[in-house]
Amino acid sequence: MTDQTTKASLPAQSPPVEPPPAPAGQRQSPANWFKGDGAEPLRRNLGLIGVLVILVIIGAATRPELYGDATWVKNNTFTILQQASAIGVVTVGMTFVIIGGGIDLSVGAIIAVAGVWSTTLATQSYGTMGMIFTALVVGVAVGLINGVLISYGRLVPFIATLAMMVAARGVAAQISGKQTQVSANTTINDIASTRFLGIPLLVYILALVVAAGWVLLNRTTFGRRTVAVGGNPEAARLAGINVKFHTVLLYALSGLCCGIAAVMLTSQATSAQAAMANLYELDAIAAAIIGGTLLSGGRGTIIGALFGVLVFSTITNLFAINNLSTEAQNMVKGAIIVAAVLVQQFRYKSLTQLLGRTKS
Amino acid sequence: MSNLSRRRILFGGAAVGAGALLTACTSNTPQENTQVNTGNEDSNPNAAPGTKVVIGFSAPAADHGWIAAITNNAKAQAQAYKDVELRAVEAGADAATQRAALATLIAQKPNVLVMLPHDGKELNASGLEAMKAGIPVVNLDRAFPDRAAYRLQIKGDNFGMGIAAGTYIGQQLKAKGITNPIIGEIPGIDSLELTQERSKGFVEALASFGFKVANRRPADFTADGGQRAATDLLQALPKIDAIWNHDDDQGIGVLAAINQAARKDFFMVGGAGSKAAIDAITADNGPLKATVTYSPSMASSAISLARLIGQNKGMSDLVELQVPKEITLASETITKENAAQYAKLGF
Repeated sequence: MTDQTTKASLPAQSPPVEPPPAPAGQRQSPANWFKGDGAEPLRRNLGLIGVLVILVIIGAATRPELYGDATWVKNNTFTILQQASAIGVVTVGMTFVIIGGGIDLSVGAIIAVAGVWSTTLATQSYGTMGMIFTALVVGVAVGLINGVLISYGRLVPFIATLAMMVAARGVAAQISGKQTQVSANTTINDIASTRFLGIPLLVYILALVVAAGWVLLNRTTFGRRTVAVGGNPEAARLAGINVKFHTVLLYALSGLCCGIAAVMLTSQATSAQAAMANLYELDAIAAAIIGGTLLSGGRGTIIGALFGVLVFSTITNLFAINNLSTEAQNMVKGAIIVAAVLVQQFRYKSLTQLLGRTKS
Repeated sequence: MSNLSRRRILFGGAAVGAGALLTACTSNTPQENTQVNTGNEDSNPNAAPGTKVVIGFSAPAADHGWIAAITNNAKAQAQAYKDVELRAVEAGADAATQRAALATLIAQKPNVLVMLPHDGKELNASGLEAMKAGIPVVNLDRAFPDRAAYRLQIKGDNFGMGIAAGTYIGQQLKAKGITNPIIGEIPGIDSLELTQERSKGFVEALASFGFKVANRRPADFTADGGQRAATDLLQALPKIDAIWNHDDDQGIGVLAAINQAARKDFFMVGGAGSKAAIDAITADNGPLKATVTYSPSMASSAISLARLIGQNKGMSDLVELQVPKEITLASETITKENAAQYAKLGF
């Protein structure tokens, strides 16, 4: 919506002069607001927001009878958000790792280990808190191993986490004896069906993790260090940052996100198994990248990554309500990844030019 | 100072949790419920111990309940015979590793070789090699294209499974007098031939009633994949009359999704015949009303038949002196009425 109004106001824009800083208390015009720091996430993600809007319009055009029903639209929105929740949490961790100059191919496997370990009969006997605690600790522990191997063992992140991806799935299969482990814990199982003020609990968890990730990245020294380490590790080291230790923390953070996602997925499927969260690593990396995170590190946003996840989730939904095959869906997904990044680059450049190069 | 105390709290928490983790480590001996023919010497002369048979066995190391049941069944059935020695090798994660495992197994010269190949086409050569070395090969479930590559093939009927599910759904809906039903389908991994055959059978059976599939969302044989696919399906179809889910393992997730969406407007049919599904059908308190079998008990039968081949015996009820070359199991429909009979066949 906001994006529509701002687009409409663009042609009316006079040739840019140095925009005056808006005095406090005075209402800003939309155009000025759009140029300000507050609208930075919006400007950056304009391409993705555009794609989202287009997807919704296509949905409404192809299935008008569904979109005509307000209750259905509300439910559908929550379904899309819910389907995005677990992968969204993983993507937040992934974004940190990528901004810090690394990559984590083991996220799906970490979810499997954490999920399987927290649903063994023995762990289930410790109750809800025991299960959640186990999932989180296992996630962090595997992340720490990744981090230590990469920082102190000097393994390339791609190789270290690739090895972990294979090994962790093996551990998960070993623990579960290749069986699907059903969760008998109703509190865990109810997480997925609980709604608070009409909104699913899973959506709150996603919102909380995204908010925490945003604050951590943009408002703390940890976040600044992450960007510094990913941008230029040598400069970061000379500036007094313990680059190795910081890298370990980043992988532990990704592991923690996987632990949270494991609990969410276990709740949704009321079970865990060694093959769960299949190919989550690729979805998370793709979402982070189309959200504007540089694969080489040093730049990226949490909000962008969230939009990336939402675009995927909305595409899946669009194909489902039109009963289209998954093959077609995968082709379109690939095309949209490329298109979103292209549009985003182009949009961002031309807009900043149009609006008077507020940023160099 | 505050830093220190915060650390202490963290370590305290970690110590408490370590207990939970340690016990989790040593846990979970899976409840083995296997489907074994324990034999009765009076009624079946073949059950009497005969010459010793060494059976080589190879199945993929999969993370799916069905494959796990295949291996468990084979081992349990072999143990039930005094005259059978089973040499099982893990086939690893792909066709190449299985080929290597089979080469070492063939070199050991077992009397009979039973294998569930990763892929029948890719392991055809291994079957031929064993047959040329004079070892009869029992192909379990995934057929070799070359008829010279096996002595016996025993498999399930994927197409028949689709027919059984479609027929049950058609009959139920016809009985309810629904003329234009909305039917959903949740297959497993869509690129597999077995999935396509199941779907083909389902569509054909429904067509004979004049029905068709309204929406089809493939999952990946995992519970979380089933949950996602079912959530999409339920969102796409605000009203549904019946759903066929191809696989009871992913069905755990499908049922969870139905429960989470609080939908009660349809009934569901499962596939494979897991113990959990049969229990749910017996209890009759959810949407799952039936399941069509694709039973891993075929592994037990394969061992029994391999033993007969090794002892040069036929099946006692048949006239022929040798075991037949091909056996395709029928896909049976388990409903509340006959669930008790099938309770011991659930895996």
